Formats: sequence, structure tokens, C-alpha cells
Amino acid sequence: VLHTTRPLHTTQQSLAPVPPLPEKGGEVRHGLIPEEFFQFLYPKTGVTGPYMLGTGLLLYLLSKEIYVVNHETAAAACILTIIVYAIKKFGPQVAAFADKLNEEKVASAQAMKDEAMQTLQTAIEEEKKEQWRAEGHAYLFDAKRNNIAMLLETNYRERLLMVYNEVKKRLDYQVAKQNLKRQKEQDHMIQWVEKNVIQSITPQQQKESIAKCILDLKALSKSAHAAV
Amino acid sequence: LPAAVLLKDTKLMDVKLGQLGSWLAMRDFTPGGILGAMRRGYERYYNKYINVKKGGLGGISMVLAGYIVLSYMWSYSHI
Repeated sequence: VLHTTRPLHTTQQSLAPVPPLPEKGGEVRHGLIPEEFFQFLYPKTGVTGPYMLGTGLLLYLLSKEIYVVNHETAAAACILTIIVYAIKKFGPQVAAFADKLNEEKVASAQAMKDEAMQTLQTAIEEEKKEQWRAEGHAYLFDAKRNNIAMLLETNYRERLLMVYNEVKKRLDYQVAKQNLKRQKEQDHMIQWVEKNVIQSITPQQQKESIAKCILDLKALSKSAHAAV
Repeated sequence: LPAAVLLKDTKLMDVKLGQLGSWLAMRDFTPGGILGAMRRGYERYYNKYINVKKGGLGGISMVLAGYIVLSYMWSYSHI
């Protein structure tokens, strides 16, 4: 059976945020009787109605001995007097103390909440900073790329130089070999010519050339003696 | 025009005097129902007078006064 009077799923059911506690409790007059009772009787009997009702009730209880007056009544009267006096005197202080306790609890909870919010806020800022840093990585990579390009260039040039040196060495070797060959040919030719010339000098020619030399020397020595 | 409210769901203050008998007969008198009614009453009193930011004296003093009256009624024959 459905309760047709009760609407279903109209409010947004949610456990949070919890609605705050009401500021003040229900009004109570003289610490014993809720205010609703006075309001209930007000239309018919005005302001004094409940008090008249209370007085009449009290007299009825006393006269009919429904409430018996004995030694306990005296004790109750004394105790009630003291209680009322104490409440009137120390009530506000106790209330202030209780309020202070409550305040401390609320303040500590609030402090925790504020701290948590603060931590989260700083975490957000840090995160943003990290994101900004991540953008800078692009520059870093550009610099690294430049470095690598330079390394490659240097390497390439070194090898180019090495190739040039090697080729030069080989060509120098060929040139030196040719020079050597020509020199050897020259020397060999000179030697061969000298050898042949010396061979061609016959013994006859040798005697004649030696006699001629002696005659020449004599002539020279004569001219030399004359000069001296 | 609001739909006619079942007698079962009316509050006690809205029940007419003639319907009181039938209204009382319709209430839930199972143990679970009684427990539920006690819990509801307790929650009403608690949330109205005690579970507030600035509770006053009336919250507990009414309970104590009720206890005094009840114990007097139970021990009346021994006086």
C-alpha cells in the first residue's frame, strides 16, 4: 500500500553538508513548562490562564490529599530553595563555561578544515608551478639538440681532416718514390759513363798523358823559379 | 484541492473526537511499533531541547520533574 500523502523523491537526499544545529532549544518557562502550553491556552484564557490552572491544580492536590504533606515536603522545600538559588547565582557562569568548551571544539575542527584547505591550495600552486616548469623543457631540448648537432659537426670535420691527411701521405709516398727512381737512374747513368770513359783510356794514352803532365809541370816550375 | 488524507496518517491533534476510538485502534501496537514510537518520541524531545547550540536548563529539568512525578505516582500507596 503506497502512502499517497507522502511525496517520493522530491528532495535531494544527501548526507553532506550537514544542516547546522538550531541556535536555541524550545522555549521553557520557569524551567519546567514548555512555552507551547502557554500558547495553547492563550486564545481561550489569555495570559493568566495557565497560572490559574496551576494554582487550582495545586489546591486540588493538597485538599484532596493526593499530594501528602509530610517530613519529605519540608526537605523538598529546602532542597528546592537551595537549588533555585544556586541556579540563579551560578547559571550564567556555567553557561559561559559550556559555551567556551563548545567554542574550542568548533574552533579546532575549523582549524583542521582551514589547514586542509590551505594544504590543498598550496598543492594546487605547486602543481601549477610544475606545469610551468614542464613548459621550459622545450628550451632544454632545443639546447641539447644544438649541442648534439655541434658534436656531429665536429666529428665530421675531424674525419674529413683525417681523410685528407691519409690521402696526402699516400700521394707524397708516390712522389717520393718517383724522385728516388729518377735520382737512382741519374746516379747510375753517371757511374756508367765514368766507368766507360775510364775503360776507354788505353795504356798508351795513359803514358802519353802522364809524359805531357810531367812536361807541363816542368814548364810550370821553370816559370815559377823565374818568378821567384 | 488536496487529496483526502487517510485517517491512519493524521496527527493526534487533527483527529476529531468521534474518530478517536478508530484512530487509536489503527495504531501500531506490535513490539516493533511500540519501540519505534518510543524512539520517535525520544528523538523529538532530544532534537528539540538538548541537541542545540545553546541548550538551557529546561532540557534536563523537565526530564527530572517527570521522573519525580512518576516515582511519586508509583510510590503513592506506600506513603
